[in-house]
Amino acid sequence: MGKHIVILGSGTAGTLTANRLQRDYGERDLRITVVDQNDDHVYQPGLLFVPFGLARPDHLVRSRPRQLHASVDYKSARIERADLDERTVYLAGGIRLSYDVLVVATGARLLPEETEGLTGPGWGENVFTFYDLPGAVGLHHALERFDGGRVVIDVADLPLKCPVAPLEFAFLADWYFQRRGIRDKVRLTYATPLDGAFTKPVAAKALGGLLAEKDIELVTEFTLGEVDGKGGRLVSYDDREVPFDLAVVVPLHGGAEYVGRSEGLGDELDFVPVDPHTLQHPDRPEVFAIGDAAGLPASKAGSVAHFEGEVLVHNIGSFLAGRPLDASFDGHANCFVETGFHKALLIDFNYDTEPLPGHFPGPVGLPLLKESHAAHLGKLAFEWLYWHSLLPGRELPGIGSAMPEHGKHHVRT
Amino acid sequence: MPTATYGDTTVPVDDEGFFTDPGRWTEPMAEQIAREAGIEALTDRHWTVIRFMREQYTTKGTGPTVRVLGKTSGVTVKELYQLFPKGPAKTAAKIAGIPKPRGCI
Repeated sequence: MGKHIVILGSGTAGTLTANRLQRDYGERDLRITVVDQNDDHVYQPGLLFVPFGLARPDHLVRSRPRQLHASVDYKSARIERADLDERTVYLAGGIRLSYDVLVVATGARLLPEETEGLTGPGWGENVFTFYDLPGAVGLHHALERFDGGRVVIDVADLPLKCPVAPLEFAFLADWYFQRRGIRDKVRLTYATPLDGAFTKPVAAKALGGLLAEKDIELVTEFTLGEVDGKGGRLVSYDDREVPFDLAVVVPLHGGAEYVGRSEGLGDELDFVPVDPHTLQHPDRPEVFAIGDAAGLPASKAGSVAHFEGEVLVHNIGSFLAGRPLDASFDGHANCFVETGFHKALLIDFNYDTEPLPGHFPGPVGLPLLKESHAAHLGKLAFEWLYWHSLLPGRELPGIGSAMPEHGKHHVRT
Repeated sequence: MPTATYGDTTVPVDDEGFFTDPGRWTEPMAEQIAREAGIEALTDRHWTVIRFMREQYTTKGTGPTVRVLGKTSGVTVKELYQLFPKGPAKTAAKIAGIPKPRGCI
């Protein structure tokens, strides 16, 4: 009997990891089991478009097991806990899975109830999130009914999935209300706990400039303490207020619940701490984490899961062979930022290098940090690549795990 | 590289005044850094947070976010904002002599 690899979660990270492992080591008689608590794989980048009527919700959901290679064993069950001493995962219904390698890929969970008042009066009426499908659909109807007033887009706290998505929402809201001819009746505000529109200075300047250009007010260092849906107020922990008629809030994120029930697995927010380069748990060499579930100083984004996958699969092979883990993840992230009016801009960065202007993936390619129609087309084309290339674990031509340096302009801030 | 002087000691800091070498920090420096950040005197509650920041930095390589501080430091988020009104994670990191917490975006 070969070694047994158990992958918890079959979203972007878990699915591509299972398929890559199968492709690279399947012939070695590895057994791969993937577990998820429901069978719906949502194309999460599409959630951004649902509120504006630009994507149909039913087109974003596909079967989880259908995305996995036929020889990968799929189990649909609630995960109770992992016992790291026993190297066993306990599932609902008394199912036990023993593993030689455990991969945690259960993503991030929304924790709206952690913010005072967020799920209270107004939730689903004038307070929404577009970070899950029901919320995105509810917001679509609310936007259709909206005929003027104050709209605030607020990031409650860090870390969050797809950190550019709230900015994209603000840009698309500007476009949406212009298209409806009521932009002059709408005041748009973007509130963030960061000290700028984005974390790193060059990107913060470029993206902050776009907000100003589109007449979207920027409120910084605003950590959400309370939502008053009835009174239409967001209140920060330092008692500043942002009034609203419609609030679009990205709630606090945490890891999956079972992580908290698994002694020694996760941190205080149920993310799994791993070495930022090898993706291996600091105390349990046979445990790895990938994607949004990992407690890393990297973006929680599908592109990161994709780039991590290449490193993780190599390192699992080395671990099973008793070799040192010689593949190193550099924190590479790559995001298309939709800016409305059929344009987008691309950012590319890693742990050490902030998003810089230039071109991607080389001196000739898509412009970085600059709006273009080509980048918008790239964003739209990505959905096909996601289902047919990224999830099956294929390489994207010319785009590897390591961040490309050539083509970037280093600038002084 | 910019520097800052606390007492008789000059230490390297980043553009925003955060220590780049936490090993150079000493407890007596904290009072002066706090005053420069608008905090008149450090209480025991401030020190609970400051020591927690340094311990987190030592084990994790970066200072915690406000939310993590509120969950694990023994000081609630509300009280953290009373102690460090201009943003607890950043102000406490500066007083504790650790680098600016990386925004885990």
